[in-house]
Amino acid sequence: MNLREAFRVAATAIAANRLRAGLTVLGVVIGVMSVVLLVAVGNGAREEVTAGVEGLGSNLLLVVPGSLDFGAAPSRSRFTLDDVEELERAVRGDGDVAANVTSGEFVRSADGESFTSILGVTAGYNAVTSRPVERGEEFRQTDVVTGRRVAIVGAEAATGLFPGRDPIGRTVTIAGLRFRVVGVLERQGATLGVSRDTEVLVPITAAQRLFGTRRVDTIVVSAPSTDVLPTLSRRVEQVFAERFEPGTFSVLTQDQILGVLGDVLDTLTLVLAAIAGISLLVGGVGVSNIMLVSVQERTREIGLRKALGARTRDVTLQFLLEAVVLCGIGGVVGIALGIGLSAVATALSPLPAVVTGWSVALAFGVSVTVGVVFGVFPARRAGRLDPVTALRYE
Amino acid sequence: MTEPRAAVADGAAGGGGGGGGAVIEVADVTRSYVLGEARKGEPRQVVHALRGVSFTVGAGEFVAIVGPSGSGKSTLLHLLGALDRPTTGTIRFSGRDVSRLDDAQLAELRNREIGFVFQQFQLLARTSSVANVGLPLVYRGVGPADRRDRARAALEAVGLGHRLDHRPSMLSGGEQQRVAVARALVTDPNVLLADEPTGNLDTVNGAEVMRLLRTLNEERGVALVVITHDLEVAALAPRRIHVRDGLIERETRS
Ligand SMILES: Nc1ncnc2c1ncn2[C@@H]1O[C@H](COP(=O)(O)OP(=O)(O)O)[C@@H](O)[C@H]1O
Ligand SMILES: [Mg+2]
Repeated sequence: MNLREAFRVAATAIAANRLRAGLTVLGVVIGVMSVVLLVAVGNGAREEVTAGVEGLGSNLLLVVPGSLDFGAAPSRSRFTLDDVEELERAVRGDGDVAANVTSGEFVRSADGESFTSILGVTAGYNAVTSRPVERGEEFRQTDVVTGRRVAIVGAEAATGLFPGRDPIGRTVTIAGLRFRVVGVLERQGATLGVSRDTEVLVPITAAQRLFGTRRVDTIVVSAPSTDVLPTLSRRVEQVFAERFEPGTFSVLTQDQILGVLGDVLDTLTLVLAAIAGISLLVGGVGVSNIMLVSVQERTREIGLRKALGARTRDVTLQFLLEAVVLCGIGGVVGIALGIGLSAVATALSPLPAVVTGWSVALAFGVSVTVGVVFGVFPARRAGRLDPVTALRYE
Repeated sequence: MTEPRAAVADGAAGGGGGGGGAVIEVADVTRSYVLGEARKGEPRQVVHALRGVSFTVGAGEFVAIVGPSGSGKSTLLHLLGALDRPTTGTIRFSGRDVSRLDDAQLAELRNREIGFVFQQFQLLARTSSVANVGLPLVYRGVGPADRRDRARAALEAVGLGHRLDHRPSMLSGGEQQRVAVARALVTDPNVLLADEPTGNLDTVNGAEVMRLLRTLNEERGVALVVITHDLEVAALAPRRIHVRDGLIERETRS
């Protein structure tokens, strides 16, 4: 009996008992479905984060407090506006510098109130971080120098605080102090379900007074092109190395940030895939189990086949291929369900699930392998059955 | 070819057609089953199902093997069908000693030279008549289209040309047994081995199946060995081997 014929025999046996076939591979179907879905979720998160980091602007250097090694404790910033000015002097002509300080505060208008992120920013912040105002104007240097109480509101904050009205020229109260709205930001959309459109921007000096601090949280330097990023990065390092202890600050490019976050997300995806893989393994044990029962149930069939001329290896091959074909079918069904559920997840949750080719290929490969590995034992048992005993079996 | 040592009934001399050499030679064959340990300390129990039988089935011969239940008939048939090996003694198929054949060679021997008909029909459930009949051809490497043609011809030969795509559950007992007969003859075997072929059938259907088997024996010259405890069925054969307690008690001819 050649392989093609053996496949046909296996397929016929499966088709002859579809219910049993379905129950046999249920575990594999669920396992494969989980692999595809969970990897899609992990991958979706990765794409979102990438989009988010890239959306910060292009050719950026970020200076943040502490070290951004995976697992390092978050540390409190000791940067001040003096450092920002020093940095501006050092990179003048080669890069633009912006800085911010953030805190959550209650924001109130005549029509509404919400708790939201207040960003104290320097004058060049909108340009450096690619968050242009849609209407109205950006902060001027004098606004920052004098700590003027003016505000730029995010697109959602605008509609939330001033439903149906133009916010420009109106007043918002932040932590009890009144600010005049001078601009509305362009809509940014959500990253990982978090919207940046609810933020309210004020001059950094006004924010520091509001928060009662001299702190600056993040400093951003934008380079005119990717080529100058390395030299610029070294210069920024130098400036901060003179002013701070090593380990208390980090200068990062977007690629480095993506690298760190990417590692975290890869680990997450791997853990998810591993969990799904375990369920696939359990599914394999199920296949083995039901195949064993099936071999027992079909003892007489095996005896008959041997009486009609099947060799030990023909019977073994038949049952092995049955397990493989079953698991292959289970894999395909699981992949289809996984893709379907990913689409549902994308539609219903803020997290998009992005199905990847490699996870589909891997899931299919693994399910077929599961068929081989978990089919071998029942198949060998089937092949070794003594035909007389098998024919007498009641 | 060595002469069998013990009492040999020369099959070629019997009626029912075909001359030529022996298809199966059975010489001094015993078959014992060792049962699993009965109790600690006690010796293992051994069942002597066959205690030394010798006979020959000639080409184209029709032999009935008769005996009460438990006398060793099925055991003998399994040996004749190369499904089992004797404990002692030799069995030769067209001169070839089965004890010298490995698993694959035995399978090929069964596939090429022997056709089985069982009391329980042994058809694959949820499988059409043509597919059931074509099953032995699968193990001979015959392609699906060819298989279907030959299975159809075999089914037509047993009068079931109108039941090709029926499943066993849609057929009567008599029809199922005729499908089984078609399956046995589709490979053009030298010998048909039937173990109580009428055992699960009523008189009318039983007679029909026996008539079919005899026709095949007479028209195609295929040797036929029918095992039965039914003396009426046995009487159809020109030669009858009576088995009792694992021994050939006597042989009768008509
Ligand atoms: N696999 C086996 N293990 C143990 N004893 C068996 C086995 N097969 C048959 N026997 C015994 O051998 C004897 C002959 O059985 P069998 O050939 O089936 O007789 P028959 O077909 O004439 O009724 C019986 O006593 C039966 O119990
Ligand atoms: Mg019997």
